[in-house]
Amino acid sequence: MVKSEVHKCDVVIVGGGGAGLRAAIAIGQTNPALKVALVSKVYPMRSHTVSAEGGAAAVTKENDSFDDHCMDTIGGSDWLADQDVVEFFVKQAPAEMIQLEHWGCPWSREPSGKIAVRPFGGMKIERTWYAADKTGFHMLHALYQTSLKYDNLINYDEWFATKILIENGRCQGVTALELRSGQLRVIAAKAVILCTGGAGRVFPFTTNGAIKTGDGMAMAYRVGVPLKDMEFVQYHPTGLPGTGILITEAARGEGGILVNKDGYRYLQDYDLGKPLDVNDPLHPVKKTMELGPRDRLSQAFMKELEKGRVLSGPYGEYVHLDLRHLGEKKIDKKIPFVRELSTKYAGIDPVYDPIPVRPVAHYFMGGVDTNIRTATRLPGLFAAGEVASVTINGANRLGSNSLTELLVFGAQSGQAATEFAIEHPDLDFTALEKQGADEQERITKNFIRKNGGYERVATLRQEMTKTMESGAGIYRSEKSLKETCDKLAELRDRFSNVMIEDRSLAFNTELTSALELDFMLDVAQAIAHSALARTESRGSHQRTDYPKRNDERFLSHSLVFRTDGAPRIEYKDVTITRWPPAERVYGR
Amino acid sequence: MEETIELEIFRYRPDQEDRPTFQTYEIPFRKDWVVLDAINYIKDQIDGTLSYRWSCRMGVCGSCGMMVNGVPKLTCATFLKDYYPDKIRVEPLAGFPVERDLVIVMDDFIHKLKEIKPWIIRREGEEKPIEEGEYLQSPAELAEYKQYSMCINCMLCYAACPVYALDNTFVGPAAIALAQRYNMDSRDQGREQREEIIASNEGIWECTFVGECSVACPKSVDPAGAIQRAKVGSTIDWYKDLLMPWGGKKR
Amino acid sequence: MKSYRRPVPNTLWLSRRPYILFIIRELTAVFVGAYCVLLLFFIYKLGKGLEAYQGMLDALKSPLSIILHLIALAFAIYHSVTWFNLTPKIMVLQIGEERVPAFLIAGANFAAWLGLSVILAWVIIGV
Repeated sequence: MVKSEVHKCDVVIVGGGGAGLRAAIAIGQTNPALKVALVSKVYPMRSHTVSAEGGAAAVTKENDSFDDHCMDTIGGSDWLADQDVVEFFVKQAPAEMIQLEHWGCPWSREPSGKIAVRPFGGMKIERTWYAADKTGFHMLHALYQTSLKYDNLINYDEWFATKILIENGRCQGVTALELRSGQLRVIAAKAVILCTGGAGRVFPFTTNGAIKTGDGMAMAYRVGVPLKDMEFVQYHPTGLPGTGILITEAARGEGGILVNKDGYRYLQDYDLGKPLDVNDPLHPVKKTMELGPRDRLSQAFMKELEKGRVLSGPYGEYVHLDLRHLGEKKIDKKIPFVRELSTKYAGIDPVYDPIPVRPVAHYFMGGVDTNIRTATRLPGLFAAGEVASVTINGANRLGSNSLTELLVFGAQSGQAATEFAIEHPDLDFTALEKQGADEQERITKNFIRKNGGYERVATLRQEMTKTMESGAGIYRSEKSLKETCDKLAELRDRFSNVMIEDRSLAFNTELTSALELDFMLDVAQAIAHSALARTESRGSHQRTDYPKRNDERFLSHSLVFRTDGAPRIEYKDVTITRWPPAERVYGR
Repeated sequence: MEETIELEIFRYRPDQEDRPTFQTYEIPFRKDWVVLDAINYIKDQIDGTLSYRWSCRMGVCGSCGMMVNGVPKLTCATFLKDYYPDKIRVEPLAGFPVERDLVIVMDDFIHKLKEIKPWIIRREGEEKPIEEGEYLQSPAELAEYKQYSMCINCMLCYAACPVYALDNTFVGPAAIALAQRYNMDSRDQGREQREEIIASNEGIWECTFVGECSVACPKSVDPAGAIQRAKVGSTIDWYKDLLMPWGGKKR
Repeated sequence: MKSYRRPVPNTLWLSRRPYILFIIRELTAVFVGAYCVLLLFFIYKLGKGLEAYQGMLDALKSPLSIILHLIALAFAIYHSVTWFNLTPKIMVLQIGEERVPAFLIAGANFAAWLGLSVILAWVIIGV
């Protein structure tokens, strides 16, 4: 049997996006003697944090308060966020944002030189820091570049993590495929942090990049760690039809409006308040109309669709996001990327024409179940960022909270993992090496040297995304979800006959696509089964057969566990501290 | 009949062949497709063995740079209709070794990125504590370096640079522009440290100002401009040092 | 796993139009330099006396010399135009948050060039 090469370190971070880099820097700052491995299937600056546009929320202005940010977040979550966690998050946020400013992030400024803020959906007070409309890009590059100064950090770029390794009841590292050589390696570590992001790619129409395939979620799920609140998937109300490219909420924060085929601002029909004229100095009104939360706006689109009041094009139905009244100067200064993207990919210059948009799968509120310190129930395994559910987002995340979440909980995970690594210095290298060899054999046998497969990766993937959209999209029902669950079970079955034509070891992306699909099937099943079990409507989870919120039964987090058959669902209570559940009110 | 277009794609599998070959694929032509869509179509429907990098498909992650008919392009932003009905030739970015098919080895670039110290450097004891809030930076000070902060590390500029093709020791356009981005940031005090690399033999003076890096840049960073400005800055330093050896040099 | 390094052809500088234009720009320096040598030679001849100077002027009137002058002029103009077009990259002026547009900076250079040429022409022809 071929032995696997073992790389030894103190902490391994899987995923080099915002959360992973922030975790790495946190360790570099406080414990530079610890050896940190940053394992990422892409070079860190390719991570999907790069695509975030609008901004990151933190309370830093005189007219704002921690309680307001907490209240907005908790109300936005439809009371499914853990309130102690939200409070911690809100209080940590300003220091984290200032820290990033000190690391060189080119935040947009007021004339005085202070940080500028803009309003965002579902937020009562403007508190969103922004770097024009490429906030995620600038944050990611500032973090990546800053991380380069820490010599204790070793980058394992283009290493694809395949499995979490457990010995003596605790997490002791991961196996990863070095893409260049095609060899499987063991990275032994005293603590592991998952920062692999979400899994938007289980849906056919998504803002997410190709790399967002839920790898970390599935890896944790496979070693017995439950995924929490997976039924809550956020649809962003404004994506370009066809490509799914994101048009930032900042476009509405700066005053853009949504209109249907009659030019009517239809949101006023969905309990989101009354519209002000676009030239009214008070427009846009916070938490009203276009600045309502994303779940409600995406749902309003679906209702308009039912009423036949939307437009139709080669890539399906859409409405118009109208920015013309903002004028060329403001568009170029505040949201230049919106103009670049719409001009290039939709052939529409928003200075002169309204942009066609429709809701698009965007963000996972759910993820690996962690506590406030980002620890999972598997000792030594931590998770932060979109991969995790900590939870501050509950049933619906507010725009501009996720970038801040990366920083706050990325840093937190770095600290928590450091403490754990120092307390647990022993690793069982012999056993880990053996596990590596087993994993190498699994991948060789099931994929790279497998004979007789006949199912194309792309075919299975397309069937999976299709059933996710039809059965587990914005509106769901028992019937649609059961169909999706059945279809996913069928696909899981057929996956065992997957075909790999590519027999080369070097940078074999057919192999990685198959591994990603394998992960995605697990995540998709977790979503569909969690959604089927939650017989109520809350936030982004809307059941046509159970249209009301049911606090008596479901003011609780779902936990989904992997079994050999259908996933098992359990529930655990939401932490309520100072904000008892109430009606979500927008625009009145 | 359905309209089609041909793509001629560079293939190289290091464990199976010594030399690269070209493989031609005929695919449906859609006028709203970009080259990356065409390559994805090939991968999904025709030939699963084709390897390449991509992710965001919106021109910001920087993964999908390739040579399209000999010109470095982001394939997610290069439309088939601009070439139709002619055949399109797709190759890995020029100037870099090829790892596999359309995937280049980018170790050298990553090394150079780190070498120019792309982070805020403050003089000893001049770091502002977090509790004291942000550094003030006026919109005009921000505008000074903003352009150079827009680099997505797609490396099209290296592929466009004949100097880099002939001599890989050249620090290169994106890395120098990034150094300039930090040098011009009002919060930074590290210019002198970066000069060791930037003003070295492998740095700005290797550049002969062909200017193609700025033409290739999909984000209008203008690395050629950044390099020339760095040359001016370095020259002024040299004269100051010569004329005022007692410390006229900035910092 | 061994990577493949594509050979760089000796004709790299001729492989793309922008590279060729660049090489021409570099070549112009030869002509501009040669003309400087010629001017120095003028001064040298002038130092030898009026007769030697007149002899040189006569030699320069030959058709071959005129053809060479025209070629040098073409290269000098190409050199100046491409150079002035590049100046906005080097001379970046910012007023407040806005950059002075490139065409203004290049334009100012062209205007100065034109102005100086007119003055020189006036000095040479007018006197």
